[in-house]
Amino acid sequence: MQYIKTLLKKLMDAPGLSGFETPVADLIRHEWEDTCDEVTVSKVGSLHGLKKGAQPVGHKARSVLIAAHMDAIGMMVTELHGSFLRFTDVGGIDPRILPGTPVTVHCSGHGEVIQRPGVIASPHPRAMAPTNGSIPMNELLVDLGMVEAELKSQVQIGDLISFNTHPMEHGSDVISGHSADNRASVTALSTFLRNNKNRQFGWDVLAVATSQEETNFAGAYTSSRSASPDLAIVIDVTFAKGPGSNDWKTYASGKGITLGLGPNIHTGFMRKVKSIAEEIEIPISVEPMPKHSGTDAYAVQVANAGIPTIVIGIPLKYMHTPVEMVNITDIKRTAKLLEGICSELDDKFLKKIAWDHEENDGTAED
Amino acid sequence: MELPKIEQRHKDLLEKLCNAAGVSGHEDEVRKIVLAELKGKHLNVRTDALGSVIATPKQRDASKPLVMLDAHMDEVGFMLVSDDGDGLYSFELVGGIDPRSLPGKQVLVGNDKVPGVIGAKPIHLTTADERAGKLSVESLKIDVGTKGKNIQPGDRAVFATKLMYVEDNIFAKAIDDRIGVAILLQMMELEFPNIQLAYSFSVQEEIGLRGAKVAAQSIDPDFAIAIDATPAYDHPSPDGSIENSYYNTKIGLGPAIYTYDGSTLNDPRLVTLFKRVGEEEKITYQLRQPGGGGTNGGSIHRANGGVPTISISVPHRYTHTAILLSKLTDWESSVRLLAAGLSKMSYELTKQPRP
Amino acid sequence: MKQLVKSLTEKFAPSGFESPVREFIEAETKGLFDEMRVDALGNLILLKKAAKGAGQPKKIMVAAHMDEIGVIATHIEKDGFVRFAPIGGVYPRNLPGSRVRFVNGTRGVIGVEEMKPGDAVSIEKCYIDVGVLSDAGHPVCIGDVAGFDREFSEVGGKWVAKAMDDRIGVAIAIQVMRAVKDSANDIYFVFTTQEEVGTRGAETSAYSVDPDLGIALDVTGWGDTPNQKGLSIKLGAGPAIKIKDAGMISDPRVVKWMISAAEAEEMPYQREVLLGGTTDARAIQLARSGVPVGVVSIPCRYVHSASEMIDPIDVENAVKLVTRLVSLPVHL
Repeated sequence: MQYIKTLLKKLMDAPGLSGFETPVADLIRHEWEDTCDEVTVSKVGSLHGLKKGAQPVGHKARSVLIAAHMDAIGMMVTELHGSFLRFTDVGGIDPRILPGTPVTVHCSGHGEVIQRPGVIASPHPRAMAPTNGSIPMNELLVDLGMVEAELKSQVQIGDLISFNTHPMEHGSDVISGHSADNRASVTALSTFLRNNKNRQFGWDVLAVATSQEETNFAGAYTSSRSASPDLAIVIDVTFAKGPGSNDWKTYASGKGITLGLGPNIHTGFMRKVKSIAEEIEIPISVEPMPKHSGTDAYAVQVANAGIPTIVIGIPLKYMHTPVEMVNITDIKRTAKLLEGICSELDDKFLKKIAWDHEENDGTAED
Repeated sequence: MELPKIEQRHKDLLEKLCNAAGVSGHEDEVRKIVLAELKGKHLNVRTDALGSVIATPKQRDASKPLVMLDAHMDEVGFMLVSDDGDGLYSFELVGGIDPRSLPGKQVLVGNDKVPGVIGAKPIHLTTADERAGKLSVESLKIDVGTKGKNIQPGDRAVFATKLMYVEDNIFAKAIDDRIGVAILLQMMELEFPNIQLAYSFSVQEEIGLRGAKVAAQSIDPDFAIAIDATPAYDHPSPDGSIENSYYNTKIGLGPAIYTYDGSTLNDPRLVTLFKRVGEEEKITYQLRQPGGGGTNGGSIHRANGGVPTISISVPHRYTHTAILLSKLTDWESSVRLLAAGLSKMSYELTKQPRP
Repeated sequence: MKQLVKSLTEKFAPSGFESPVREFIEAETKGLFDEMRVDALGNLILLKKAAKGAGQPKKIMVAAHMDEIGVIATHIEKDGFVRFAPIGGVYPRNLPGSRVRFVNGTRGVIGVEEMKPGDAVSIEKCYIDVGVLSDAGHPVCIGDVAGFDREFSEVGGKWVAKAMDDRIGVAIAIQVMRAVKDSANDIYFVFTTQEEVGTRGAETSAYSVDPDLGIALDVTGWGDTPNQKGLSIKLGAGPAIKIKDAGMISDPRVVKWMISAAEAEEMPYQREVLLGGTTDARAIQLARSGVPVGVVSIPCRYVHSASEMIDPIDVENAVKLVTRLVSLPVHL
């Protein structure tokens, strides 16, 4: 439990916006080097941790890819406007949450990046175009408390802006802060690897911390293609119930994790995982995903000749705000479920999840 | 070659296909029919990771081009997303359905095909404003009458319409694209000494051309033809003084050859070929109006290093509703055009100059 | 260079119908490459190999798209007017009064149905008048494509043309092919098709080239005209090095590499964060197991109109920059 909390807080505090994941990737690498046989970085910045399996005797070598994206949402400088900055979002941010938010600007004006604190300001209403309530992102400014000349020497277009708050602990199980989407899932994956450090599963396990999920799924598309695994598991956060969010798309935080059901998901694999979860008593809700799952599974499933994929969801409150809230118990459950799945991987596993039991069905063919 | 005809057995097969349920992502019932039809055929058959059925030649003969024929098994429909009690379920649309076409429709829910309805508030209880306003999906429910047995969120539902042949007309749900599936199965009855054929009965066309993408990546064909169903908006213009110039296609005018749509610039050399065989064989065909929309051709032609691709579609009215209308004559012209075109395909086509 | 840009921009090559430009490039680059092929989507792929003894050359893909936006005939009305659909991002507001030329040579002008004050122009309300009175024996068929008809001209030292997007990228690539003498890299100059309809040519050519590194050459927007907001890009202030656009984030290592090259050449450059649109680089980035990519952009005013304006100084600097980038050994 303490491991999870410490690692999660550390990962949440690390910079790593979409496309610029190196700082967080380095931290994850540090964890995985201890628990994987081989750690590499892909051409577009995803981190791959390979844990070699025993491999079923007399069969083709099998592998399962477990993906959790490590990139975070944030902002980027688009314009220097007097002694202020204008910006755009990296990943989707509701501009209504921004005024008054403390941020860090990663200033590159002097070569090496210097982190400087600032605040998001909304101009006085009289200084803006008339609006009927919310202030659009292009009217908002970042104030670093610098005069124009100083700002010009320190900040360049394209510099990153991240939320400048540190994680908070609430009671024994709850942590809040920015970037819990999706560092919570990375923590679950790392916890699973650590708990099984001295154990060899039947198949190769390829842990992947994907890059650029929040922008164009570059990491998921490319890692799944190069690894070409037999199965894929995508871990991402899902919507937790909370103020204003109580419909069918939401799940109680701390009460269990979700398994997606829908076109991005392989039904047979999902059913099998559901029964594994029931056996090892992990509370699961089935999460309907009628179309796009909104996760890396969208990209992973269509790699090469197609990959049977499932999505595990960790409920998270206040998604894409600086105070995302997650329950540690759900992270622990996710790690436990990954262990449960990997323990079942043998030479018959693909047969067990085949689409139909038709003679012609070749899902499980070598 | 002798061009094929639509026989009673083809009509029976289409009826079975259209009446089967196969919402995008859950094409199981259609896949079962397709796999049964493929039994005993001299082909390698497999179901891929997404659920598409892929049938390829037992042995590849590199002296002949490999032509991929694609039709999608999935249809638009619904997924139940929550159990609201008393047999009522909230649902989401899967594929492009206009919520205005939903109230008062019969549906079948889940693998057990439990009968249900999508009701509507009685006209007596609605206000004039409500009747003029837009309908939201959230305001509609699927009602199975009593506390649902064996139904749960995540289950799919389809329109309950049963196919009817009425003279030259076909009234059915899911003609888009079960008619394409039927056409592919009919092509297997024919011999094409000049080419080898690979078949993809694809999943998830209606939600982003996903099954065909994966199928094309693995088949890696030399050419591809997507067989689909395309809307005909050949109705009178609301303003009689202006010509209806946005009809997409017209029913009764034969298969629609695509040139340009939102997803694909169809290979001009294939367009020319199919137009030419249409003229030569005196098969009625039309050009689908260029514009938005798309077919599986959109993902197939971008697969791997690129695939010269064309879409040919059977026109129908009332796309993505509970009941579509198509013409037997258009269906027959489509199989004839396709067979005639296939018999003329060769590697030579890729050497022809492109515009 | 001016003559090259004039010739290129006066060709008609809407997406899917790039042959006039492809043939021109083939003729123009004779003797400048070691291998050539045209793929299934019509991409022209020219390989200029690394100099002998260049150690382990990297495969660099330099992409510039040949296609331009245009229109396609959808219906011929009884009285001879042609209805049409857009190919690529055609702005309806630019249409009325425009002239078009079909690939078969037929010329036409675009008219619009009578509008009430305050109505926005929609493509559905526009038609092409080719000067004939009936659909019988009409010179245009459904599916015929046309480009916007406008000559190249020079305005106050700036160059103005239709299809500057992306013939200027094509021209830069050709000039770079001429300038590169001994390169440390295998350079694949890929003149792509169908960029304007979704970077499709780049997707398939990146798959077959499978490069180690990708560079797209394309135009970008501008922020230096009255009330033009959201982008701090100026004409004449140097080529722009893309950091982010709506479809992708450039590989930060590639951005750094490009900036240090510009600084080494002591040339002006601009940093670009574009809010809308994307380029071939997105498709290259997502190819196979992933490719580090970047974009050298040419600031261009009035993109996707018939009068796209660029500054030749930016073009000259872009040629210098890209020549350096592809010639020297790359260590990201």
